[in-house]
Amino acid sequence: MTQTTLTLTPKDYKSEVKPTWCPGCGDFGVLNAIYNSMASLKLPLDQTVVVSGIGCSSRLPHFVETFGFHSLHGRALPVAQGMKMARPDLTILAVGGDGDFFSIGAGHLIHAALRNIDITVVVMDNETYGLTKGQTSPTSPTGHTTKSTPYGLLASQFNPIATALSLNVSFVARGFSSKPKDLAALVEQGIKHHGFSFIHVLSPCPTFYNTMDVWKGTVTPISADHDTHNHSKAIELAMETEKPYVGLFYQEERQTMDQAAHHLVQQANEFDLNRYMARYS
Amino acid sequence: MVNEVTIRIGGESGEGTISGGDILALAAARWGYHVYTFRTFPAEILGGPCLFQVRISDQSVKSMGDFADVLICLNQEAFERNISDLRHGGVLIYDPSDFTPEAGDFITYAIPFNEIARKEVQLYQTKNMVMLGAISGLFGPPMEAIAQVVESKLSRSRKSNPILMEKNMLALEIAKKYVTEQLSKRDTYHLGTVEKADRVVLNGNQALVAGALAAHCGFFAGYPITPASDIMEGLAKELPQVGGTFLQAEDEIAALAAVLGASFAGVRSMTATSGPGFSLMTELIGYASMAEIPAVIVDAQRAGPSTGMPTKMEQSDLSFALNAGHGDTPRMIVAPADVADCYSLMILAFEMAERYQMPVIFLSDQSLTARVESVDRSVFKPTEIHGRLQYNGNGANGASAQSEAVTVGAGVTEHSYARYTYTASGISPILAPGAGAYTYVATGLEHDDRGHPNYEPENHIAMMEKRYRKLATAAEELPKPQRYGDEDATIGIIGWGSTEGTIQEAVDRARAKGYKVAALHPKILSPLPDRAIRDFIRSVKTVIVPECNYSGQLANLLGAKYGLQAIRVNKFGGIPFTAGEILRAIEEVS
Repeated sequence: MTQTTLTLTPKDYKSEVKPTWCPGCGDFGVLNAIYNSMASLKLPLDQTVVVSGIGCSSRLPHFVETFGFHSLHGRALPVAQGMKMARPDLTILAVGGDGDFFSIGAGHLIHAALRNIDITVVVMDNETYGLTKGQTSPTSPTGHTTKSTPYGLLASQFNPIATALSLNVSFVARGFSSKPKDLAALVEQGIKHHGFSFIHVLSPCPTFYNTMDVWKGTVTPISADHDTHNHSKAIELAMETEKPYVGLFYQEERQTMDQAAHHLVQQANEFDLNRYMARYS
Repeated sequence: MVNEVTIRIGGESGEGTISGGDILALAAARWGYHVYTFRTFPAEILGGPCLFQVRISDQSVKSMGDFADVLICLNQEAFERNISDLRHGGVLIYDPSDFTPEAGDFITYAIPFNEIARKEVQLYQTKNMVMLGAISGLFGPPMEAIAQVVESKLSRSRKSNPILMEKNMLALEIAKKYVTEQLSKRDTYHLGTVEKADRVVLNGNQALVAGALAAHCGFFAGYPITPASDIMEGLAKELPQVGGTFLQAEDEIAALAAVLGASFAGVRSMTATSGPGFSLMTELIGYASMAEIPAVIVDAQRAGPSTGMPTKMEQSDLSFALNAGHGDTPRMIVAPADVADCYSLMILAFEMAERYQMPVIFLSDQSLTARVESVDRSVFKPTEIHGRLQYNGNGANGASAQSEAVTVGAGVTEHSYARYTYTASGISPILAPGAGAYTYVATGLEHDDRGHPNYEPENHIAMMEKRYRKLATAAEELPKPQRYGDEDATIGIIGWGSTEGTIQEAVDRARAKGYKVAALHPKILSPLPDRAIRDFIRSVKTVIVPECNYSGQLANLLGAKYGLQAIRVNKFGGIPFTAGEILRAIEEVS
């Protein structure tokens, strides 16, 4: 049996499957940031799992040489949480798009936040449904005209960072796919963080809703003196939607559900059938 | 005198009817009798009619009994609802302060339950103890056996205190004294002393939890739903003690998703739900089948459709369990027949999921979840557990040499392996994270043997055949159903699920009357044991298929698969069959 080679370079995390994304897709930048953060942390290939849902961005696990779980639309979070509860030794990333996390899987986000299970979420938000060719998404701006909103979007725009903060997520950050170095640093920090890490990434779709130039002009780094333990200041930054802030909004170390559960099992014994049956005799 | 009596208690939910009945059943079993209970609950926590029935016998008990020998009515409504189920010449017990029954073909005993509880014991909550004391005085179960059960139940309860215990004992004694001194016994029901036996007394869900733990289940995720919640509650308590973990999910979709995540990571995992939750899980059943991830899914069926009747029994999820999910989706189905099966078939379900890398649906039902039976302790024995077919890097089980890690460039090692390699059995070696050099990506997309997305026609055909080949392999390897009854039967009965004992009792009674009858009760409904079923159908002239559903779901399946024109006997009011009803069907076709 061949031994695992010590993996050090981003190239070692690249799989034999070539990405299916359109040229210019923001997700390439996110994928590179993930390769770089993994290499920097020297994550063992066989002890790392990238879980995803369905959509262009959710194809990502196929392009990574670690274990992967390309699940169903919206279900990356419950899959990743079950996996971490059962195997707290594994490093688990949950990746996908705005449809996955904020629409069909939005309900799961609330409960993942409350449980604070130690996984890292990377949401590639392009404000549109790319795989199904350009319908509106929860993060599309109000008034946005698409084939599914021919008279303009009548709903409000979803605010991912404010939502995460309101749910008391213990690590909240935003990156931009065109700044892969900064993004890699955030992903690395997110993986290192003990708890539920939420990284919202602005990752434009050049084919169906190209926001690249807009974001290049508006994205604003969070100032270096921002106190990442200041929750109300983080919310204030999150409410600024014209100039989306990038960087770490908020971080708090607190107990994770997977740790708590495994403290419980430390005294565990083998199942004793006679002991179990005693109560019924 | 026959050492058997069936006692039904009818009352209002919340006044201790069910807990009193439970105590009686456990006491009788500890005393050495076989017991079998049936109960109905309203869906509400407090209020609404409920009944508890226990059949107590010195012989093995296979069904709940056609009629009650003794009917205890705690109010007028209970009398009106239940009197038609009292055997001719049976015993009616009532409290004259509640109502006065009109005369009928039964013996009556008037016992002032309310007055004894209120005035003599001075604690109205002891009314069910008064009832038990009266039963002891009239029909024989010794006070000591009842007192012992009450004591052990109370000592586990948070409400436990010495005064309450004292009052309960007082209630038992006063009631027993009352019936022995004030009533003259006019019936013939009497339970004499029997030899003690080593039995345990528990319901289907409690046995199922034991089965899951004996099968080394290490993770459970679920969402509360009647009548499956106590499986979740049992495992929430037990799993941490045996090194497992538990998650109450936000919905049933998340529950099965979490189970698949845990199973992918190498931990034996399960969920438990009922029809409405099972409906939500279907997308992930398809995923588990496609990505070949082991999972055990308990569907404790209840009366449908939609929200239906949450506390009532029905066998109406078979068609759905067979077909749940879009596309052609192999899955396995196991249907337990009794409390013992809830233990041993649960272990089998895990073994099947792990060996064939497929979702296994465990089709219990409401009546079985709550049915308390006395079961020989020897049924509950540890079983050898087999692991998954592990990939070892050398092409285990026919995996080809290309599965080995290949060095593809300076310092770069290729780690992916042929996770879905083609084998004669259809079973491909699997690996969980943390095993060493090799990795793969699970996906719901059609994929090639390495797990990479692939939409080529040849690939889809080959993969579809591989996935279905596992069912054929399983059909060969799994245990076959045994025929019950006459070898030269002319009438055959094919049933499934919790009706087995009732059918067998009907077969016994029909044979005693001279009919030639046999029954077949497959417990694995996917893959069906084709040969056993074909042989059985061929061996008889007429086949009856009794099912507690409207549409005849097993009959439809047998018709489609084997061209069988069965006599369908369907009951769908939310109450299981009695043996008498099936006996009548046998007599009608003869």
